[in-house]
Amino acid sequence: MKRNDRAGRALLRRPIRRSWPLFLLPTAAAFVIGFVWPFLQGIWLSFCAFTTTNNARWVGGENYLNAVLDRGFIYSFLYTALFALVSLVVINVLAFAVAYALTQKIRGTGIFRTVFFMPNLIGGIVLGYIWSILFDGILRAYHTSILLETRYGFFGLLILMCWQQVGYMMIIYIAGLQAVPEHMLEAARIDGASRWQTLRRVTIPNVMPSITICTFLSLTNGFKLFDQNLALTGGAPFRFRTYADGSMATIKTTEMLALNIYNTFYGQGSMARGTAQAKAVIFFLLVAGLSLAQLRATRGREVGA
Amino acid sequence: MRGSRRPRRRGRALTAVFGIISVIYVLPVVMVLINAFKVNSFVKTETFALPDRESFVGFENFIKGMTFGNYPFFRSVFYSVVITLLSTALILLCTSMAAWYIARVNDRACRVFYTLCVFSMVVPFQMVMFTLSKTADTVRLLGFWGPKLNTPWTIPIIYLGFGAGLAIFMFTGFVKSIPREVEEAAAIDGCGPIRTYFRVVFPMLRPTMISVGILEIMWIWNDYLLPYLVLDRNEYMTIPIHIQYLQGSYGAVDLGATMALILLSIIPVIVFYLLCQKHIIKGVAAGAVKG
Repeated sequence: MKRNDRAGRALLRRPIRRSWPLFLLPTAAAFVIGFVWPFLQGIWLSFCAFTTTNNARWVGGENYLNAVLDRGFIYSFLYTALFALVSLVVINVLAFAVAYALTQKIRGTGIFRTVFFMPNLIGGIVLGYIWSILFDGILRAYHTSILLETRYGFFGLLILMCWQQVGYMMIIYIAGLQAVPEHMLEAARIDGASRWQTLRRVTIPNVMPSITICTFLSLTNGFKLFDQNLALTGGAPFRFRTYADGSMATIKTTEMLALNIYNTFYGQGSMARGTAQAKAVIFFLLVAGLSLAQLRATRGREVGA
Repeated sequence: MRGSRRPRRRGRALTAVFGIISVIYVLPVVMVLINAFKVNSFVKTETFALPDRESFVGFENFIKGMTFGNYPFFRSVFYSVVITLLSTALILLCTSMAAWYIARVNDRACRVFYTLCVFSMVVPFQMVMFTLSKTADTVRLLGFWGPKLNTPWTIPIIYLGFGAGLAIFMFTGFVKSIPREVEEAAAIDGCGPIRTYFRVVFPMLRPTMISVGILEIMWIWNDYLLPYLVLDRNEYMTIPIHIQYLQGSYGAVDLGATMALILLSIIPVIVFYLLCQKHIIKGVAAGAVKG
């Protein structure tokens, strides 16, 4: 039996392996062109001064030093972190509440789900412009604009992101809520647990995996945000700042990390490209670190459960 | 259901509350619709008013929007469609084949490739955007011969490379879950790998194909930065690039016409969504749980 099994496996495996140029090569070649090579070159260039990829000159850690001394970069990092955290909380609380309500056997659940998910299909650039016109329509009554105040830009983007992401997270939460074992809810009901007690002691522990996924998803989404940021405010308003050590800088007060990197690459003249690539590597380490933490958190839960 | 009266009343109240929230939720899209038919100046001053005799312009905005900015809008639509369909088809075909190879051969090279693919999923685009766009400007389709990779017809290769991670991950996971006995039987009956794949494996992959396809379509159709940096900007635009270009390059842009274009670009998306809603939601949930 076992030998037969192995024979069957070899029968399948050997011919497949021989046809690797057909099965594996196209994807592998594209993967090298579209990912591996640009990635490695990106790391190499972050240690170089360059204006284009074939005039790179090794400068060591200078780019990284410039990156962390860049006031705009540090500002955009803090701004992004704040935005990611606030949006994480707001989006997840709203999404969970909606998902919970929609799984309570009320009428029209299907329609509501359709409506709430819909904004996910509209791209970030288009979303940004729709909302910039809406916000300006409201703010014009107060003789101002979303481009004039940092907090308008912040809360505007928060509203936009909620509008887009609540439906997405809701889908994941609904899937989680539907998987809560019915007999556990039944048992809680028989024991006379209140709605709130059931929610806290039975439902939430059971949807913990969904909560972990959604938390990290909204966190990394917040950090990687680009299109919506570019289209809604593009970093405006700009403020000129003088620091305690006497240095001065113009800060784009609603510019997030991804947009800051983009602007360093393409907006500041080609001399800043080394710094931009170093920023991109730092950004990559940050996002990859978050994803790794997510992986560990989900794995940990699975083992614990 | 024979529930007591109170929960039923609560249910009705919830339905009413969500009904109101849903109406508010679609308002932004309704606003686009309303403003697409207004004169430019009224879009700014009376954003929330319905078009009246003074502000209504009929389809003038659409006609104006199609042509202004010296790049016809329908060309952008055409390239968006070409890029999205070609890239998605290429990704589905190539990565599913590669995933089958990885799952069935499973030697060290496969494991290394698979690990790299998973790794690529956590790399943000900004990390590779500069080098990737330079690569696309220099590499040709067949190494040193053929068209460069910066056209709508060849950009699918870039999408295949940069987007391989998620697709390989999802397909490999699925292939590992299907028993290999069927394929072995096909092999015993004399099917080569190509026939085994297309006759036996491919049909079984259908549900995952739909999920992956939907994720790729949503990503590529809405993608802005990658095509903006990779494509030759004077020749080719996609819908997001076109809209960003109109907004970005003209200070006093015609808002009415922009609204008309935005409306034109979201109508197909909403129709597509309403038609295959179930698949879309399922696909997104599947992708999220793994990503």
